[in-house]
Amino acid sequence: MFAYVVRRVLYAIPIVIGVNLITFALFFVVNTPDDMARMQLGIKRVTPEAIHKWKAERGYDKPLFYDGQAEGRDKFTNTIFFTKSIRMFVFDFGREDNGRDIANEISTRMVPSLAIALPTFILSLLVTISFALLLVLFRATYLDFWGVVLCVAMMSVSSLFYIIGGQFLVAKLWNLVPISGYANGLDAPRFLILPVVVGIIGGIGAGTRWYRTIFLEEINRDYVRTARAKGLSELRVMFGHVLKNAMIPILTGVVVVIPTLFLGSLITESFFGIPGLGSYTIDAINSQDFAVVRAMVFIGSVLYIIGLILTDISYTLVDPRVRLQ
Amino acid sequence: MPILPVVLWTDLLLFALIGVAIAAAFYVRGQPHLLAGWRGVAAGGAAMSALTVLTAFVAVGVLDSIHFRAELGGSKGGEHRYAVEVTSLFDVMVSGLRARTEKTYSAPLSAQLFSRESVERADGTQSREFPRLRHGGAHLKDPQSEAGADFAGRVLRGSALALVLWLAVGGFLAAALARRHGVTASEVWRDIWRGDTSVAWRAMLVSAGLLLAVACPVSMLAEAWHVFGTDKVGQDVLYQTLKSIRTALVIGTLTTLVTLPIAVGLGILAGYFGGWVDDVIQYIYTTLNSIPGVLLIAASVLMMQVVIDTHPDWFATSAERADARLLALCLILGVTSWTGLCRLLRGETLKLRELDYVLAARAFGVSQARIMARHILPNLMHIVLISVVMDFSGLVLAEAVLSYVGVGVDPSTISFGTMINSARMELSREPMVWWSLLAAFVFMFLLVLSANLFADAVRDAFDPRMQSLVRPRRAPRPAGAA
Repeated sequence: MFAYVVRRVLYAIPIVIGVNLITFALFFVVNTPDDMARMQLGIKRVTPEAIHKWKAERGYDKPLFYDGQAEGRDKFTNTIFFTKSIRMFVFDFGREDNGRDIANEISTRMVPSLAIALPTFILSLLVTISFALLLVLFRATYLDFWGVVLCVAMMSVSSLFYIIGGQFLVAKLWNLVPISGYANGLDAPRFLILPVVVGIIGGIGAGTRWYRTIFLEEINRDYVRTARAKGLSELRVMFGHVLKNAMIPILTGVVVVIPTLFLGSLITESFFGIPGLGSYTIDAINSQDFAVVRAMVFIGSVLYIIGLILTDISYTLVDPRVRLQ
Repeated sequence: MPILPVVLWTDLLLFALIGVAIAAAFYVRGQPHLLAGWRGVAAGGAAMSALTVLTAFVAVGVLDSIHFRAELGGSKGGEHRYAVEVTSLFDVMVSGLRARTEKTYSAPLSAQLFSRESVERADGTQSREFPRLRHGGAHLKDPQSEAGADFAGRVLRGSALALVLWLAVGGFLAAALARRHGVTASEVWRDIWRGDTSVAWRAMLVSAGLLLAVACPVSMLAEAWHVFGTDKVGQDVLYQTLKSIRTALVIGTLTTLVTLPIAVGLGILAGYFGGWVDDVIQYIYTTLNSIPGVLLIAASVLMMQVVIDTHPDWFATSAERADARLLALCLILGVTSWTGLCRLLRGETLKLRELDYVLAARAFGVSQARIMARHILPNLMHIVLISVVMDFSGLVLAEAVLSYVGVGVDPSTISFGTMINSARMELSREPMVWWSLLAAFVFMFLLVLSANLFADAVRDAFDPRMQSLVRPRRAPRPAGAA
C-alpha cells in the first residue's frame, strides 16, 4: 500500500511541474510585465519611470529565465521564473498588490470557505443519491418520469437564479436569516444555512440524473437478477447490491473534488459575502491582482491532483479487483 | 439607404457553422444508418417541441448576426460617410424597441417612471410625482383608466394575428405533406391530430402555436409599451433579452467549434498510436484538466484583456473590439474544455483499432492517416455529436456565471450575464427592480431547457449505451419490483 501511494505521488510531480509552467507562460510570457504595468497604471498617461517603479515593487524587474549580469547561482535564482514560479512549490506566493502576504491570507480564509463547502458537499451527496435511488426504485412509473422532467427543468435554471431567488425569498421576504455576511463561532450557522441550502438545491437536478444513470446501468446486470431470483426484497437489492457496486463510478466523480472544497465557491461566497477563498479570488480578478490569481490557480491544481491520488487510493478500498501494483 | 456591410469574426464563423450543418444534413440524407438515428429524434414529441423553440432562438440570433454600418446623411464630395455604430438586420427590424428609450427605470407595462421627480406644474407650483414616460403608453391621455382597454385590444389583435399565422403554417405543412405522400390534406390533418406521423408534427405545431400566441400579443404591446420595462439607462428590457440570444448562441456553438479539432485530433492520435504519443497527449490533458476550470478561464481572460487594452489600434470600432473579446472568450472556453471529449475519444479509439475491419485495412496496406480518417473517425462521430449538443446548454449557463465573475463578455456586449450583473445591484432597492433579472432568467431558462431536451433526445438516439438503458424501461416491469 505504501509503495502504491508513493508511486502515485511520484506520477503527480510532472503534472504539478506542467501546471507551474502553464501558469508561468500565461502570466509572464503572453504579456510582458511592462504590458501589465501599463494596464494597471492606465494606458494613456503612463511614464517609463512609473512602469519601472511598479515592476520593482512587485519584483517583476528581473530577467525572465537567465540573468547574465549576476554572479554564480544568482544567474538562475535572480529571475522572475525562479522567484515567482519555483518559489510556489514551497508555498511562497509573494504579496498582494496592497502588501499583504498571500500565503497567510489563504490560510485564514480557508476556514469560512470550508464551513460552506463541506456541509454543502456532504448533504448534497446524500440528497442527490437518495433521490436517484428513489427514482430507480420506482423506475418506469409516473414518479420516475416526472422526477426526470423536474431534474431537467432544475438543471436548466441558472445557478445565479437559485442564489438570487433564495436570498429574495428567505432573507428578504420571510426575514429568516441575514441576506449576507459571516461570523465566527456559534453565530456562524445563521449565516451559513442559506448558502448551504441554496447550494444543495442548485445541485439536485444534475446530480440526481447523473446518479440515476449510474444506478440504471447497474440494475440490468446479472448479479442483480440473481439477487432478485433469490427472493431478496427490492430494497435489499438496491442498498445491498446496486449501491455497493455503483460505488466505483460514484467515487470517481466524488473523491476528486474533496480537496478542492478548500477553494470554496466563487459565486456563492461573493453573493453571500463570505470572506473565503472564493470571494478572495473574485476580488483579485476584479482588481486585476495577478499575483493572487496566479497563486489560486496553482493551489487549485495542486488540490485537484491530490484529489486524483485520493481517488486512486479509494478504488483500492472499495474494489478488490483493483490490485496494488 | 446605402450601407457598409460589416462582417464580424463571430458572424463569419456562425455562418460557416450553419453552412457545415446544412452540408451535414445533405450528407445524412444519403446514409441510411445515420438517417435512422435522426428519425428516432424526429419521432419524439419533446425533442421536436424543443427544436421548434430552438429554431425561433436561432432565427433571432442569425438575423442579429447580419451587421452593417448605416450611411450618414450629407456626404462630402461624393465620399460616403458611415455611422460609427454597427447595427444588425435585427436592430432594424425592431428599431422601435431600440429607439424608444426612457430616462431611467420603468416597470413592465407602466406609463410612468419608476421614481418620483420634481415636476413644475402649469400654475408654477412644484410637486414630486411619477412623470409620464416618453414612449411607454404615451398615446393615452389618462393611462390609469385607458390602459386596461388598450392592453385588451392589443392582446386581442395579437392573438388574432397569431391564429392566422398558425393556421397558415399548419395549412402549408398539411398541403406539403399531402403532396409528398399523395393523400388529401384532410387525411394529413387527421393523422397529425392523432399523432400518427413519423415526425412529431403535432408537438411541433402545438409549440409553434404557443410561441406565436405569446410572441404576437407581445409584439403588439411592444409597439406602444415597454413589455418588460426599462433598465437604468432607460433601454427596453425586451430588446436587451432578444439581443442576448445571439451572444448565448455564439458562445454555445463557436466554443465547440474550437474544441472539436483539438479533441478529435489528439484523441484519435493518442488512441490509435499508443506508446509515447499517447503518453504525451495524456500528460497534456491531465495537466490542463487539473487546473480548476473557472480559475484557468479567469486567468486567461485577464491576460487577454491586457492584450486587447494595450493594443487599441487593432480595432476600427468598439463593436469590433467587443466582438474580438467574445471570440477570444470562445477560444479560451474551447481550449480549457476539450479534455473531457478527448479522453472519451481516446478510449473509444483504443477499442476500435483492435477491430477486424481495421486490422484488415492495415493488412491491405492502407495508410495510417487514411485508416484514421475513413475507418476510425466516422465511428466516433456519434460521441462527437452527443458531446456537442450536451455542451451547448452548459456553455450558455457558464456565460452568465463568467460575466458575473467579471471574466465574461465585454461589458458593452448585451448578454444574459451582463444583464443579470447590472440588475443585481438593484435588488436592494425598495421597492425592488425585478424585471430585468426575471426577463433574463426566463429567456435563459427557455433556451437551456429546450437545448437540454433536444440533447437528451439526440443522446438517446445515438448512444448505444443509452439504448440498453431505455429498452428495459419500456418492457413490462419484472414481477416483485416494488
